[in-house]
Amino acid sequence: MSAAKQANKQGSAYARGLVPVAFAAAAFVTLAVAMVFFYAPEDVDQGMIQKIFYLHVPLAIVTLCGFVAAGVMGAQYLHTGDRGWDLRSYVAIHLSLMLALAVLLTGAIWAKGSWGKWWVWDEPTLVSFLIVFLLYAVYQPLRFSVDDPERQARFAAVFAVIAGVFVPLNFLAVRLAESLTHPRVLSATGGAMPGEMRLTFFVSIVAMGLFWVTLWKFELTAKSASFALDRMRKQLA
Amino acid sequence: MTVLTATIEGGGDYVAAAYTVFLLIVLIYVGIMSSKLVRIERKISDLAEKLDSGGSQSAANGENAPN
Repeated sequence: MSAAKQANKQGSAYARGLVPVAFAAAAFVTLAVAMVFFYAPEDVDQGMIQKIFYLHVPLAIVTLCGFVAAGVMGAQYLHTGDRGWDLRSYVAIHLSLMLALAVLLTGAIWAKGSWGKWWVWDEPTLVSFLIVFLLYAVYQPLRFSVDDPERQARFAAVFAVIAGVFVPLNFLAVRLAESLTHPRVLSATGGAMPGEMRLTFFVSIVAMGLFWVTLWKFELTAKSASFALDRMRKQLA
Repeated sequence: MTVLTATIEGGGDYVAAAYTVFLLIVLIYVGIMSSKLVRIERKISDLAEKLDSGGSQSAANGENAPN
């Protein structure tokens, strides 16, 4: 097999399905945005600013699910030894960390508009999410402090698994705690969000999920192309 | 009414800011990934050509070698 074909084979494994997923994500994101601004009614209490809910909350949900998924992929690497799982875990964490930053920023904007403050330290939901963000911010420095690739992958996988277990436990702990100011739309009303709002919210979650998968596959394709380049350089040398 | 209008307008600003921040983060990320990917694919094509032509040359030299 020629070098070009070999390089293409690796990349195409990750790129498979990328275009359909990207189109689905684009369609759902467009639908979600249209529903947010033209279909979902305005909240009686918060007014227009409540529209941030359809961005901030799905983003947070998908980010936390991404961290948990990274933990599962890390566990798969430890179980099988297949470096492909390590790469998937790394990209999942990297991407979810970026989206976690977006959660914090959009949340701060919403907080400023609703409560008049960018941040409150006595709110468990906010502080716990910040803790999760800071925890995963340590992942890359920790990973790249190890030189040996096998040990690096193993350390990273163990970190991903432990942190991935911490995320749902942290979420449960926060749910059990009494929330002071952070709204709990889904449970406080017993899931009795108005129909249009609920539908818009679920479409937003699907859109964000597809969006995450698209970016994940996209980055995996780029990373595998980078590895193929390194292999070919070594071959030439 | 003026207060209500101001509230709605202020809320719209925050909504626009939140969606803009998200869009910017995504665009920056996609932009960086895309430029990396384009650069890498160009380098892969160049290297692949070199490797393939190197392989063809070796095969040709092998055929011409005396018995």
